Amino acid sequence: MKTASQETETKQPQKQPDKRFRVLDVTMKRSQYQQDSLIEVLHKAQEAFGYLEEDVLAYVAKHLKLPLSRVYGVATFYHLFMLKPGGAHTCVVCMGTACYVKGSDKILSNLEKEFQITAGETTADGQVSLVTARCIGACGIAPAIVFDGTVAGQQNSESVSKKLHQWQEEK
Amino acid sequence: MEWAELQEWADQARQKRKNIRVYCCTSTGCQASNSPAVKKAMDKAVKEANLGTEVQVVSVGCMGFCGQGPIVEVENSQDPNHYRLYEQVTPEQAPSIIKGLQGEIVTATPGNPNHPFFAHQLQIVREHSGQIDPESIEEYLAVGGYQGLHHSLFEMSPEEVVQEITRSGLRGRGGAGFPTGLKWSTVAKMPPGQKYVICNADEGDPGAFMDRSVLESDPHRIIEGMAIAGYAVGADHGYIYVRAEYPLAISRLEKAIKQAKRNNVLGTQIFGSAINFSVEIRVGAGAFVCGEETALIASVSGGRGVPRPRPPYPAVVGLYGKPTLINNVETLGNIAPIITKGADWYASIGTGKSKGTKIFSLTGNVIYNGLIEVPMGITLREIVEEMGGGVPNGGQVKAVQTGGPSGGCIPADQLDISVDYESLSAAGSMMGSGGMVVMDQDTSMVGVAKYYMEFCQEESCGKCIPCRAGTVQMYDLLKKLLAEEATAADLAQLQELCDMVKATSLCGLGQTSPNPVLSTLRYFESEYQDLLQPAMSKV
Repeated sequence: MKTASQETETKQPQKQPDKRFRVLDVTMKRSQYQQDSLIEVLHKAQEAFGYLEEDVLAYVAKHLKLPLSRVYGVATFYHLFMLKPGGAHTCVVCMGTACYVKGSDKILSNLEKEFQITAGETTADGQVSLVTARCIGACGIAPAIVFDGTVAGQQNSESVSKKLHQWQEEK
Repeated sequence: MEWAELQEWADQARQKRKNIRVYCCTSTGCQASNSPAVKKAMDKAVKEANLGTEVQVVSVGCMGFCGQGPIVEVENSQDPNHYRLYEQVTPEQAPSIIKGLQGEIVTATPGNPNHPFFAHQLQIVREHSGQIDPESIEEYLAVGGYQGLHHSLFEMSPEEVVQEITRSGLRGRGGAGFPTGLKWSTVAKMPPGQKYVICNADEGDPGAFMDRSVLESDPHRIIEGMAIAGYAVGADHGYIYVRAEYPLAISRLEKAIKQAKRNNVLGTQIFGSAINFSVEIRVGAGAFVCGEETALIASVSGGRGVPRPRPPYPAVVGLYGKPTLINNVETLGNIAPIITKGADWYASIGTGKSKGTKIFSLTGNVIYNGLIEVPMGITLREIVEEMGGGVPNGGQVKAVQTGGPSGGCIPADQLDISVDYESLSAAGSMMGSGGMVVMDQDTSMVGVAKYYMEFCQEESCGKCIPCRAGTVQMYDLLKKLLAEEATAADLAQLQELCDMVKATSLCGLGQTSPNPVLSTLRYFESEYQDLLQPAMSKV
């Protein structure tokens, strides 16, 4: 039985040309391979790869000299780290109190019905990931939705669903 | 650097400010309503009108009136009467605002700076928010920045700084209200050696955004507060733990730290003294429990954000086992003014046991929502009805929720209570970090309790059983209630669980998670009773 680190070693030669691993190397070098920079490194890894695949976690574990279980434990503990690939676009519905009071729960349930996915999933065509956030701190313009990193305020079911359909038609 | 040199530096910065300043808010709230385009259009309009020598367009932080963004303010230092405020500005209206400076008619919607929303405020932490460019250290110096740090390093001993903070009566603004001076003196009294200062900017409460706004609008102020704290307790290194959900706050903090290092107000031998203090940013990754100080320490060291039993408190055994001072953003925002204006001035604001001001994010079913900084002791009614303008469309206030998932709902008939730590606790809620959500007659209180319980059970870290299993059971019972399938026995069990989870959980998240249920049960029990079904008779 191979250990995870041996596995990465065997995978290494194929991965060498992958520039994204170089981004990781730079980040880890900058923090002098300190183990307490793990969260920072995982953030960078997710930025580069889009999500945290298993061999990325193993690569980080090996270079920071941490057991894979610890890296995996941290990656699964925090909401922002995704272990599965997301869609081409991401729609984040804020579920903070202010947004909730102003009807973000209805927006979410309408989207779930209309696109037949539940929060956290991606549409069958791989175009849209529907995600919920606890509070994005834009309570003054509730209900707030984040389309691909851009915050939009005072949204309603129609406006959000229109935007998602636009994304789906982009294919 | 001598005091005179610092003053000269500030004078130079002031001279760079032009007579007429046009402030465009570029914080997260206004950015979402297209404020960067407004700022661009303003710059273009100034260029076209050839006013570049007299007019300066400044990108500033939050002015607080987020619901009406993008906000634009015009200030003329030569003519204090020429103050203008515009709301919901579009890029097309920019030329008319600039022409308005020469007396022409402006098409933008004017705001009312004398509105109670602004008039009832007393700004200490937010005094420069919306008045300076957060990405420029010179702008901060021009309004007296870093003078508190200079004064404490050269005119005061660390003990005197701690005494000053103690005398001011400042209490932790993270929500629990622990006396800041006492916390500082605990860390200061630990034997010399490696110590740390941590700024807790993990603002996880849904419905609260004051820490984000302070960091985005005036990052240097927090850095200054941390450096003063470092000097007072004998720490030479600080961390700011920010949520990853606040990218703008992170980038502005990074810029501010770079500028501060370059200008020798951070790093080694600050201002040429023997004191060193450096600051590093640590980005969270989305876990509400990381706002709890022991969980935060675990997360700063790169692990899972899991709390540990206290004592020992972090002030004694903290980050890497060293004494660590952990303060909330808003607490640190109060430090510089206390040093420059004195503890007596600060202690003269507020009530007997709650001194100073508190920032609230007023949101929910209320006409004017946004950020307000008010003196302690103001009544809830003043905030909700006068500043917030009450419920839109002639609705009625049913309750005001304060303190987030750890707080509770205060019913409409108690709106006359004073806003301070003790009164809010007595009413079954808490100050919390400052979220204030107004709910109207259509809001189901059991639904609100369920909403918070869903939050708590998802955010429970899973280390201790009462919280891990208890919150899930309470959530299930609330769901059962709302589905109208629960009996009186279920309600009794819910109450029992509340008491048990409150008494036996490991950290503040679990201990306070039943609060939304307990407070709604206390004031709106009839709503729970109305949902109950008759018990099935045993066959």
